Amino acid sequence: MKEIRIHGRGGQGVVTAAELIAISAFYEGKMSQAFPHFGVERTGAPIESFVRIDKHFIRTREQVQNPDLLIIQDATLLETTDVTKGANENTIAIINTSLNRSEIDINLPDENVFVINATKIALDVIGKNIVNTVILGSIAKDTDLFSLASAKKAVKQKFEGKDKSIIDKNIKAVELAFNS
Amino acid sequence: MPHDSIISMKKQILEGSQAVSQTINNIKPAVVSAYPITPQTHIVEDLAKLKADGKATYEYVRAESEFAAASIVTGASAAGSRVYTATSSQGILLMTEVLFNIAGMRLPVVLTCANRGLSAPITIWNDHQDSMTIRDSGWIMLFAENHQEAVEQHIMAYKIAETVKIPVMVNIDGFVLTHSYEPVVIPSAAEIKKYLPAYKPEKGEYLDPQNPTTFGAFAPPHSYMEIRQELYDDLKSSLTVINKEYKNFKKVLGQASKEDEHQSKVNNGLIEYYGPQKPKILLVAMGSVVGTIKDVVDDHSKEFSLSGSIGVLKIKTFRPFPSEEVLKIVKKVKYVAVLEKAVSLGSEGPLTQEIKSAVQGKTQVKVQNFVVGLGGRDITKDMIKKIAKEIKKKDSEAKFIGK
Repeated sequence: MKEIRIHGRGGQGVVTAAELIAISAFYEGKMSQAFPHFGVERTGAPIESFVRIDKHFIRTREQVQNPDLLIIQDATLLETTDVTKGANENTIAIINTSLNRSEIDINLPDENVFVINATKIALDVIGKNIVNTVILGSIAKDTDLFSLASAKKAVKQKFEGKDKSIIDKNIKAVELAFNS
Repeated sequence: MPHDSIISMKKQILEGSQAVSQTINNIKPAVVSAYPITPQTHIVEDLAKLKADGKATYEYVRAESEFAAASIVTGASAAGSRVYTATSSQGILLMTEVLFNIAGMRLPVVLTCANRGLSAPITIWNDHQDSMTIRDSGWIMLFAENHQEAVEQHIMAYKIAETVKIPVMVNIDGFVLTHSYEPVVIPSAAEIKKYLPAYKPEKGEYLDPQNPTTFGAFAPPHSYMEIRQELYDDLKSSLTVINKEYKNFKKVLGQASKEDEHQSKVNNGLIEYYGPQKPKILLVAMGSVVGTIKDVVDDHSKEFSLSGSIGVLKIKTFRPFPSEEVLKIVKKVKYVAVLEKAVSLGSEGPLTQEIKSAVQGKTQVKVQNFVVGLGGRDITKDMIKKIAKEIKKKDSEAKFIGK
């Protein structure tokens, strides 16, 4: 089983990110589960969401204690939240930041940490700092959890009924992150 | 319904609330009325959207409160329609007066309770205090472990309610199930119809100017008690119908959950037992936490000293309470730990009281209450292992396990 924990702030699409990852894995032929942990329901407040991916149906409902993959949607959380809690030397982290890897202080081996300026891509392509589809593209690129095609299919399911332009922009965000 | 044939018996990945609302739409109620409250909101938003998009046949009646929503479905049900409502927490408390009336008037209403704790202090998160608080209202109460079970219990709920003329409440854990995504199969309207025919109440069972009848009439002391006893007896004997309908459902529409079925040694409409043939310790629980407990039961790591000696008893039907079925499992073990997301303040957990009452005088087993997960506290595997160790100690007081 692969366990993923996402850290972000209210308004950044933290919950949607988990859902998109679970849907992508499902389209990859795997079983998956996504669920949120809301703190206070306020824009900007720290939020966590969780994903599990496995061969079999996932029964457990406990929050992810020992993540295989950490997604940090907002690098300022590194200063205020113990984001690596329960992580080990094999845990991979994908961090949204404009900084270089060397400027990031995180308690994980160098080769396990990936940085991406997801906010820039999101602002350029979508026009808002909602980075979940960008992150989805970078997971497809940096891990073997699911393919680009499954990620795009997940965006189409999740955003079904929304304006075609919104769906197109998000698909483009996935592709740009995948190719960055 | 153009998407009927597409989704038929195919696994999809949905939010729990979507799974419930799509199922309700395929069940074809005539009237839906609800007032939004976290964490039930997504269900009724989805139902309102399905209606607005022209994909639903029900009337969606907006209400100014939960009291009104419950009253609207009461009226519609009394008029002979299949109805649906959903609520949570403070919302179900505000419905309380109407809930007792629905049961007393023998109306086959189906309600989803997206379980959430109660104020004060304010919590929006999951526990079972809301539905446990109205457990004496005369409703059948089912609890779902996962999305698939929630879907199936909703379909069965209508069949049971319309057969025994007693309302059914399906309980799904707020956020844990309502806001989570996982694979699920939603039977189509055509498939559901094979199991659950259109609702056609008999003459005299609904309000009809041609056949005048009265619902919930004044009952003086010489008749009130007999009417209440009739409801008591009928609710008790609905255990047989619930079990029968479970088997019937599995025959007609059970393909989706077949793969999980064989893993459990006992599995019927009332309870499920999962674990070794001869467990020493039995953990009893309801709802989504059972999934986490099953993973603990299957933990065969060396560090876990109790590995192989623990089984889990899932209560699917809390009202009517399946005492006989429970006793059959409980009398095989030495220790019973009841994990509850609710407590009767001043006493102990309601489920613990039920288990003690079921085994009283029939076995020497130790039954102890462990209160867990109040107000959304995460229930970890470590906590469950801790409880399995605690139950072997000498004391028997109710314990709150939050770490």
